[in-house]
Amino acid sequence: MLTVRSVAHRYGGRRVLVAPDLSLAAGEHCALVGPSGSGKSTLLNILAGILPPSAGDVALQGEPLYTAPARDDRWRARRIGVVPQRLHLLASLSARDNIRLAQYLAGTHADIREVDRLLAALGVEDRASARPGELSAGEQQRVAIARAIVNRPQVLLADEPTSSLDDANAQKAIDLLFEAARMAGALLVVATHDGRVRARFDRAVELLEPAGERARPLRSAHPERAA
Amino acid sequence: MNALRIVLAQLAQRPLQTVLAVVLLALGVATLTFVVLVQGQLSKQLARDAQGIDLVVGAKGSPLQLILSALYHVDVPTGNVPLAAMDQLRRNRLVAQVIPVSLGDNYRGFRIVGTEPALIEHYGARLAGGALWTAPMQSVIGSEVARVTQLAVGGTLAGTHGLAQGGAVHEEARYEVVGVLAPTGTVLDRLVLTDKASVWRVHEGDPADDAERRVLEEEREVTALLVRYASPMAAAIVPRQVNAESRLMAASPANELARLFAVMGVGIDTMRVFGSVLVASSLLALFVTLYNALEERRYDIAIMRLLGASRARVAILLMIESWLLALVALLAGLALGLAAVAIVGNWLAQSRAFVVSPGAFAPELLWIGIVAVAAATLAAALPAWRASRMDIAATLARG
Repeated sequence: MLTVRSVAHRYGGRRVLVAPDLSLAAGEHCALVGPSGSGKSTLLNILAGILPPSAGDVALQGEPLYTAPARDDRWRARRIGVVPQRLHLLASLSARDNIRLAQYLAGTHADIREVDRLLAALGVEDRASARPGELSAGEQQRVAIARAIVNRPQVLLADEPTSSLDDANAQKAIDLLFEAARMAGALLVVATHDGRVRARFDRAVELLEPAGERARPLRSAHPERAA
Repeated sequence: MNALRIVLAQLAQRPLQTVLAVVLLALGVATLTFVVLVQGQLSKQLARDAQGIDLVVGAKGSPLQLILSALYHVDVPTGNVPLAAMDQLRRNRLVAQVIPVSLGDNYRGFRIVGTEPALIEHYGARLAGGALWTAPMQSVIGSEVARVTQLAVGGTLAGTHGLAQGGAVHEEARYEVVGVLAPTGTVLDRLVLTDKASVWRVHEGDPADDAERRVLEEEREVTALLVRYASPMAAAIVPRQVNAESRLMAASPANELARLFAVMGVGIDTMRVFGSVLVASSLLALFVTLYNALEERRYDIAIMRLLGASRARVAILLMIESWLLALVALLAGLALGLAAVAIVGNWLAQSRAFVVSPGAFAPELLWIGIVAVAAATLAAALPAWRASRMDIAATLARG
């Protein structure tokens, strides 16, 4: 479904990512792991379609993300949902409108009942009218997840979703992402350096600092599904 | 969800800067609206009232004062001219028409003008009711006089001595209203017209005997004479002939109007420049507001791009924001400018001078709108371009 071939990225002349070739399937849960500076977020941005790699190709269901025919922003947004590390909910909009914004900008059917169903499924239906500043960190994360899956994307990406959470909440956040990916029927790829959650993924891809050695697929929590 | 809702939500985040930018632009638009409407209407009225009058003859003094008093009825006369001067001018082959104007009294601030029916014909006025006077102490009132005083055909009025309210009332010599003029958009609307003999009768009183009557008749005067030339050559000869008389002065409305506009023009130009500077500075404020907003909202813009907004759509959202502010400022400025025109118009109406109305349309107002929207587009151009070029991944990584 999502394939990565010979992807590398340079920034200001410095090599910041050398990614292994990957082939990820629908419904799979994949963790991108590695130390700080190994390029986890960079690879996630490349998979999100918002950072053209310096080299290599990424394809979604055989359709290249970056090479011709060029994909427009709506095409990308309808197929790939992203939960950024800092969530970045629009402070001027309510929780419900933050989610509706994703529908509007991606050009999908703006059905408010679908948004409310999603908020209910993620346990924040009573906070639908609240602005992000009035929500707890956990509620904000749920709204950001709802925003990422409202267009039923094929791929759900999350960047360090547990970085500022305690053990119990980190596990809840991962549960939530698994549930969201299940609801959307999406491939889930999470960039994390959090060892507490790593074991819960079907597959973990370890990225090394790109001093020279190429990063490699590390191991699988479920060897039968490992690449 | 729609573009307008997104823009309104973004604006609500910065109410102070938004209001400041709108208020500045609105003040500039209001100033220009006021200047354009007042200047336009005054210029038109001054030109319309003077149309067809080539020369005004009056007592020696200020030519501008003579024009203002005899033609526009907003200043005190320079004095009187002997009736013989009127007869002499009428015999002049270079003169086509002489219309006498006798001033001295007013009715509730509206000047009572002793004249001849030719004055009404000159302005092409028609009667809305009644008839023209056929004898002294009958009057025909202008439409504005009728509206304000509620006088109608068959009513009577007593003049107050002098050209402003508050003088002695000539109760013993009442005028009968025999006609009401339809609105003309000229100075006639604000006048009470009567036979020139009425003015003499009111001020001469009843002579004791025939000898006194003869003396009074020989001393009769009018305030000024409105002259139409018979040929273009008259412009070079008639004023010189008039000015050669020791008591008379000739004033050309065209020349005096040009002088008046030259004097008024300084003030009008100053207001125009002031309004333009206000508009320019408000657009600078709008640019700074949008530019700062871009910095403050870079994560919002990056997330909108991530959620599927194209570069063009992000730029258009900023443009809509700028257009919306310009539109609100334009409407507020227009309302403010029209309110100021209404206040000044009301003040002028009370002083029975010119008519200035906020309802009059001026094509220049369209230009103010076009310039404001074009400038708002310009103010948003750079922020919109920067927003469209934003590096989504790098911006989100910084946040």
